[in-house]
Amino acid sequence: MATDIGPPDYRTMLPEIIKKNYGQWKYHEILKPGFLKHVAENGDAVYTIRAGSPRLLSVDKVRDICDVADKYCDGHLRFTSRHNVEFLLADESKLEALAKEINEKLGFPIGGTGTCLSNIVHTQGWIHCHTPATDASGIVKALMDELYDYFVSEKLPAKMRISLACCGNMCAAIHCSDISVVGVHTAPPTKIDDKNFSTWCEVPTTLASCPTGAIRRYPEAKSVRIDEEKCMYCGNCYTVCPALPIASKETDGIAIFVGGKVSSNRTSPKLSKLAIPFIPNNPPRWPEVVSAVKNIVEVYAKNARKGERMGDWIERITWPTFFKLTGIPFTMKHIDNFTGALTTYNRSAHIKF
Amino acid sequence: MSEDKTPKLDELEKGPWPSFVTEIKRAGKKKASANDLLKQLELSYTDGVTHWKHGGVVGVRGYGCGTIGRYSDSPDKFPNVAAFHTFRVNHPSGWFYTTKALRQICDIWEKYGSGLTNFHGSTGDIILLGAPTENLQPCFDALSGEAGFDLGGAASDLRTPSCCVGAARCEFACIDTTDLCNDLTQTFQDYIHRPHWGYKFKIKISGCPNDCIASIGRSDMPIIGTWRDALRIDQDAVREYVDSGLDIVSEVVSQCPTEALEWDAKGKKLNLKPEECVRCMYCLSRMPKAIRPGLDKGATIMIGGKAPLVRGPRLGWVLVPFMKMEPPYTELKDLLEKIWDWWDENGKTRERVSELIERLGIQEFLKAMDLPPLPEMVAEPRTNAFIF
Repeated sequence: MATDIGPPDYRTMLPEIIKKNYGQWKYHEILKPGFLKHVAENGDAVYTIRAGSPRLLSVDKVRDICDVADKYCDGHLRFTSRHNVEFLLADESKLEALAKEINEKLGFPIGGTGTCLSNIVHTQGWIHCHTPATDASGIVKALMDELYDYFVSEKLPAKMRISLACCGNMCAAIHCSDISVVGVHTAPPTKIDDKNFSTWCEVPTTLASCPTGAIRRYPEAKSVRIDEEKCMYCGNCYTVCPALPIASKETDGIAIFVGGKVSSNRTSPKLSKLAIPFIPNNPPRWPEVVSAVKNIVEVYAKNARKGERMGDWIERITWPTFFKLTGIPFTMKHIDNFTGALTTYNRSAHIKF
Repeated sequence: MSEDKTPKLDELEKGPWPSFVTEIKRAGKKKASANDLLKQLELSYTDGVTHWKHGGVVGVRGYGCGTIGRYSDSPDKFPNVAAFHTFRVNHPSGWFYTTKALRQICDIWEKYGSGLTNFHGSTGDIILLGAPTENLQPCFDALSGEAGFDLGGAASDLRTPSCCVGAARCEFACIDTTDLCNDLTQTFQDYIHRPHWGYKFKIKISGCPNDCIASIGRSDMPIIGTWRDALRIDQDAVREYVDSGLDIVSEVVSQCPTEALEWDAKGKKLNLKPEECVRCMYCLSRMPKAIRPGLDKGATIMIGGKAPLVRGPRLGWVLVPFMKMEPPYTELKDLLEKIWDWWDENGKTRERVSELIERLGIQEFLKAMDLPPLPEMVAEPRTNAFIF
């Protein structure tokens, strides 16, 4: 047993062409969707094929990926921060054969570069999480089946990142994505387990977990009580206290946010903003979520200028126009009422008629 | 048996995108636990709720975190996932692997766990999904003793740092992100494996302001590579772009957020006012063969990114506009220790550093850090007269 050894030094994992030209890259080209070429100062080139994976992989699938990397890439590969796998090689003549094996042997699509839609960053959902309001992998599969063409070809005006979190913890920190799909509860905890509260939970932690201060001590039962007027069903109390379960088939579902970005490219980073407050869960394929997201993607693709991210496009056309073009209803729920809300209101006389 | 049928999940094997259901079924051919996972998941698809119980503390000797406890709420129906815990395995920086290393992990995991993995979890670790309690220690012993892999962060600790591909492959990299990430991970092993604090702290490192690792949204300390001097422009390459049809005025020059670029149509020259450039990366991204970062490189150190709970989603903001990033990165590590001391001393349970700064005030934070107030830290100064 060895502890505190940390991860293996990445330098021991680098392909030769990368080691040789580390820090010496000069420019890159996108040859076609999913195919990158980076050229070094000395003229050396490294080719990368990027392929989409479902993130959840059996060890046998990982071994299949290794077989392909052994055959074409001298036993080297990498993954990206968005669950894609990348095969790097110096020999351009092998690219087409490699691409064929990725498609046929691994069943992985090639794309996700440039203005392709990239893979959907997502969380555990019903596969392994105790706090989800929805499943993650199922919706991602359904969405990427529908948006497949956008992954394998460059049909968008600019980069688009769709991310999904199965609850408000947002373990994929999706709060700054072009399109964020997040699981939400729409009712308070289904019960307060008074019998077990005092052994399962701590009062101060439970009270402090509530963003709206909706939880109060209830010493009579050695428990707490929730002011349902103040509760907005975020479920953070359940995260710290198992005696406050909140998941419910009838009231859990999906919210969709739009317009976030993390890069400082041309415009400042932005948080995503609410587009659709609630779509009920409808497994296994969540058709209403898929069609809502596809609608937003298509309206954006049709109307935005080249180089304009979703958030930039919406700012240019203004939010009322976004709701008009997409046909999404604007409701009381869209208007912010949490901390910092006032700065999100239209404090101008700029109105289109 | 009809309980073994999974008609809802079978639907998700149709369609062109690779299917996670196929992966679970494939692992299920060898491992009963993967099979039970599939059946429990099918039940969730019917019941519309998860069948995992709340939490549970499990671990390996010497560490206070790194494994996540997970127990089925229906162990009578799914005995092979009664206890189905997760390992977070710290990835090599930049997610580079040899097939030899990956195969070792696969062999170990197949022996001790479900055979199901995530490449990767959102913070960056490899996720080994599902092992019974008695296998945690021997699995960890094999990972660290034989394969040379260690656990990543969890709980109220320093989470596994991660970074973009950086100098390994990207011409935009202004810092050696993979080296910095590896260095910080090795330096702060104790903070990663033994939860010291009131809550978690995340560090993510991007080589340039494109921020491909999404550090500004996802980490308490985003570290973003940048340059201090002027962009480098290759005028011959610029002319090549223009001659092959790029409308440089409407697509590049007019898009510059601070009007730092000018197109001299007569001389066919792209002129830069370097003092106006805010390093947004737009012109570089549009003309990668012609425009490159400057040579005086370093990083912008930011603070405060986090997911929504409790006080709302946050983007990080500028703390130190420019810091040279040279090994052993002493200035950065000193700053980190200062931040952690102040946050640990003053923060409440589950209070992220950004929330603590909001509660106590930025002035108090900057004083504690011994950092000067700079206009680059704000988008705009205060609007209220509550100055004193």
